[in-house]
Amino acid sequence: MQHTLIALVEDKPGVLNRVASLFRRRAFNIESLTVGHTDQPGISRMTIVIDSDQVSTERVTSYLYKLVNVIQVEDLTARPTVNRDLAMIKVSVTPTNRTEIIQLVDVFRARIVDVSNDSMIVEITGDEEKIDGFVEVLRPYGIIEMVRTGMVSMLRGSTALTTLYQNGNGNGNGKSH
Amino acid sequence: MKYTGAQILLECLVREGVKTIFGYPGGANLPIYDALNHYPSIHHVLGRHEQGLTHMADGYARAGGGVGVAMATSGPGATNMVTGIATAMMDSSPIVCITGQVASYYIGYDAFQETDITGITLPITKHNYLVTDVRDIAHTVREAFYIARTGRPGPVLIDIAKDAQQNAIEWAYDDSPIRLPGYRPDKRPLPADLQRALELIHSAKRPLILAGQGVLQSNAMRELREFAEKTQTPVAVTLLGIGGFPASHPLSLGMMGMHGEAWTNRAIQQADLLLAFGMRFDDRVTGSLKTYAPNARKIHIEIDPSEINKNVKVDVALVGDLRETLQQIIPHLDACCHEEWIASIQAMKDEVRPRDIQNLPDTGHLYAAHVINDLWRYTNGKALIVTDVGQHQMWAAQYYHQDDPHLWITSGGLGTMGFGLPAGIGAKIARPNDEVWVVAGDGGFQMTMAELATAVQENIKVNVAIINNGYLGMVRQWQQLFYEKRYMGTPMLSPDFVKVAEAYGLTGIQVNKRPEVEGAIRKAQETPGTVVIDFRVEAEDCVYPMVPAGASLDAMIRRPTPEPEMEFDEI
Repeated sequence: MQHTLIALVEDKPGVLNRVASLFRRRAFNIESLTVGHTDQPGISRMTIVIDSDQVSTERVTSYLYKLVNVIQVEDLTARPTVNRDLAMIKVSVTPTNRTEIIQLVDVFRARIVDVSNDSMIVEITGDEEKIDGFVEVLRPYGIIEMVRTGMVSMLRGSTALTTLYQNGNGNGNGKSH
Repeated sequence: MKYTGAQILLECLVREGVKTIFGYPGGANLPIYDALNHYPSIHHVLGRHEQGLTHMADGYARAGGGVGVAMATSGPGATNMVTGIATAMMDSSPIVCITGQVASYYIGYDAFQETDITGITLPITKHNYLVTDVRDIAHTVREAFYIARTGRPGPVLIDIAKDAQQNAIEWAYDDSPIRLPGYRPDKRPLPADLQRALELIHSAKRPLILAGQGVLQSNAMRELREFAEKTQTPVAVTLLGIGGFPASHPLSLGMMGMHGEAWTNRAIQQADLLLAFGMRFDDRVTGSLKTYAPNARKIHIEIDPSEINKNVKVDVALVGDLRETLQQIIPHLDACCHEEWIASIQAMKDEVRPRDIQNLPDTGHLYAAHVINDLWRYTNGKALIVTDVGQHQMWAAQYYHQDDPHLWITSGGLGTMGFGLPAGIGAKIARPNDEVWVVAGDGGFQMTMAELATAVQENIKVNVAIINNGYLGMVRQWQQLFYEKRYMGTPMLSPDFVKVAEAYGLTGIQVNKRPEVEGAIRKAQETPGTVVIDFRVEAEDCVYPMVPAGASLDAMIRRPTPEPEMEFDEI
């Protein structure tokens, strides 16, 4: 099944390479990986989605901790989260189906961000299922090009992963500590 | 005061206690070499190949010299280090490798002797650094040594661009605490897990300790012995754990695993509790995981959390320093005895001893096991043994009975041929008063024998015992047992090692018969310089017992039963 890992890492050159190399070396497949800044200077946040069982996910978590630049790793799979993926979809349009597509965009609460005579770029955010559904709906009209950012994920409620770390509770792989 | 990057590097090395650098100069590290002129407290040992340098640093570290330092130039200098770095990684040996890199403004342009050594060594270092700014050198060096020696030790590489070595800045040494938010080596087991471990220990009827290199690295020899004696638990050691528990102790079972003692592997399969102390259930130790120790609960004390449940699922994991953890456990241990269990192991020992222990009579042939056993005898079991990789390594593990810690250095995890001689040179530099014996095969010795010149130039005395059977013996053994004796690629022609030794200005001795063994060893001991002994041993001998790769631990190939009239050797 899919597991969603969050890794807080030091924002240093080569960190993405270290993480990606680890997954390759230990023969894990990455479904998606996103990385970006956090509110804390010098700390980046990776959301890594892997297709793996629970035991393997625990293994990869402890391998991630072996990387000196990795500060904290959390498996958010079984926890209440908000998950978001963003897609831009360039779809063929004709004068006859333009209105129809605009209606679909409204239904999915997507946005049109570029229009030309024979195409539109539609932007949509949401969880992966919603985007998958939207893509399927647009497909018959002719998708010219699509790009997705990969999923980002955040715990619901007031808890922050960085808070866990600063309180000294997030210092390792669960029960081994 | 103004310092160049090269000076800052050396200032920091001095403060880390570095006395020896194993190095090789080249275009991209010349500024460091020039600065070395002003640091007489650091001795530079010129190797003959960068692989040798890393093994020397490794041997130096394993012999207790502290973090070993190897230095090379960019490009081929750096790539030649790869094997030694991987060796140190697999065996958790603390070394710091410093490589020169082309100037920062050339990086990425395929400059002369440019190579992406941080990229190459990413998976085989504990951590690595590319330094392109002189201001980053000092904290990088401090972090590198800290990372190399703490937690589960390992190799760290620092790649320093030439301009960072040359540029000068106003600088003063800063010893403020190292800040590594993602590196926390100071782990401790949870009280509830300690409690659970005690319950398992006290309810066990057939407990067995598996002692790994962690015993030596955390200096837990005394605690291990106390634990074993108090609970009357037999102790088996891994290849790298040799010396962590005295071989002559009544509770010692010797080595476990592929070429472990038959009674040890059987006892593991029969145990109802395995206490894994600082070991990692390597496949050479477990055999088939499906059938491994089927009746045993497992307690794993290990400093590296990623080793927990990696190969063998355990019942209790105690993540932390072995010595500290044992110190927490020992006061709560009930003294007990496992008379029945120990007696049953003794019965297994008695049954296998006549066929497994070296019992080959002097038939005019020279057997490697005899050579090793004689070496053990004539060095009073007190020599620092550094091996290469192959059959001789296993014979040395089986027949040089180590009672003391830190007298055994071998490449385990990576199994690196060519390790022995350079590691022996490094070990001798760390422990100049020890009698150092390098035990190598004819194959492995030829991989790095150029380092004999290093020994000569440094006036280092090591004794080299070449177990020469004219084959790549361990591979030949596999061909004999699993490929119907099709000896493809294993017969090996060697030079006359006596003449090789003489070419280096050293003493060489050839030994063909057992009665000559003692004299050769004695002569080597008396000769001031390095001595190379070419032991021409039986060509097609095998290491027994042997658990075929992937087979169950108790499915051992045994040495053929000796003829009844053969007389046994007392050992």
